[in-house]
Amino acid sequence: MSPIRVEVLGSGCKKCQQLEANAKEAIAALNLEAEIIHITDPIEIAKRRVMATPALSINGKVVSKGKVMTSAEIQPLLQV
Amino acid sequence: MFDPFYPFDWLATQIVTRLLGLSVESHLGASLHFFLYDVPKVLTLLIVISFIVGTFQSFLQPENVRHWLEGKRTFGGNILAAMVGIITPFCSCSAVPLFIGFLEAGIPLGVTFSYLMSAPMVNEVAVVLLWGLFGLKITLLYIGFGVGLAIAAGYIIGLLKLEKWVEPFVWELQKSRQEISEEDAVELEHLTWKQRFQQGWYQSSQIVQSVWLYVVVGIAIGAGIHGYVPTTLVTQLAGRDNPFAVPIAVILGVPLYANIAGVMPITEALVNKGMPLGTVLAFTMAVTALSLPEMVILKKVLRPQLLAVFIGLMTFGIISIGYLFNAILA
Repeated sequence: MSPIRVEVLGSGCKKCQQLEANAKEAIAALNLEAEIIHITDPIEIAKRRVMATPALSINGKVVSKGKVMTSAEIQPLLQV
Repeated sequence: MFDPFYPFDWLATQIVTRLLGLSVESHLGASLHFFLYDVPKVLTLLIVISFIVGTFQSFLQPENVRHWLEGKRTFGGNILAAMVGIITPFCSCSAVPLFIGFLEAGIPLGVTFSYLMSAPMVNEVAVVLLWGLFGLKITLLYIGFGVGLAIAAGYIIGLLKLEKWVEPFVWELQKSRQEISEEDAVELEHLTWKQRFQQGWYQSSQIVQSVWLYVVVGIAIGAGIHGYVPTTLVTQLAGRDNPFAVPIAVILGVPLYANIAGVMPITEALVNKGMPLGTVLAFTMAVTALSLPEMVILKKVLRPQLLAVFIGLMTFGIISIGYLFNAILA
């Protein structure tokens, strides 16, 4: 199985760092193999049709926009 | 008139007079009263208002806003965009994704700009500080003139047909996705009230955490000015008779982006000493609307010419509002 690709979309603000930390926590809690990429380029963010940061994308699908998801909220999304 | 802040005033007066045995007329007493009154008042307002705003903003995702503005013609669209900007959250880090997202959906450039100007100008921190420090009337005037400026400047940008000065890749993105419409716009999650309150609380605590120290330090400096700096000095430097006070205040405001919370209490003390309110309004608008980080970010999607038009219109508008106010409220 190829690793899950998790993208944190945000310009490096505090909320974005928090989301990245929560995503890492969720991955660790589930013992999954995943790569986390923090995308800070606003144009790349816009290309993913996100207008509110921070946002989270899993395997190319944007699952949350404009808020900091908790580790508990992220976990079920990683398991599908 | 009913003063909702009376309990704070009463408490501060009690501490200064009864507990410390000082007169509020003395230098030290006046400074201490200023500090003990403003710190609890501003922090309370900040917590309450950003909680309310944060809770209701969970209804206003950018997708909704875009949906409302789609297909609107200019002027009507400019008005709507500027009004919506009052109530929606804005962070300069989202400026570029918003800008591209709006243009992609076919929203006119001028309407997009009206939103981009009004959203950061009327934000909860600025509104709370204006309300707490200068009163409701000044706050409403600030919002009214800010929205008016956003409508006018956006409308002018629309008339000038400056689409050629938007970086071409934005239009290519637009062409490659004509069929945006429904699929991702409607896919909004349904939130319970509990989740909305949680979001409101989260936002409130984030804002307070990031600005409380600026507020306290700013009020401390303001308190020092209030008690110790003579009125004549302030009226000489920043008073009505200095024709350059407004433009200087605007220029000073630009690099102060994140520190509005620290700077406003200082201006309050200066106003008490005779600095006119138009200068304060212009200054506040410069801090919120002409923020340096936002300009740097917008440069990714705008040619320098369009950025210059944007900055020029805003600067001209803000300085005019400052002079107009000082003339009216004289």
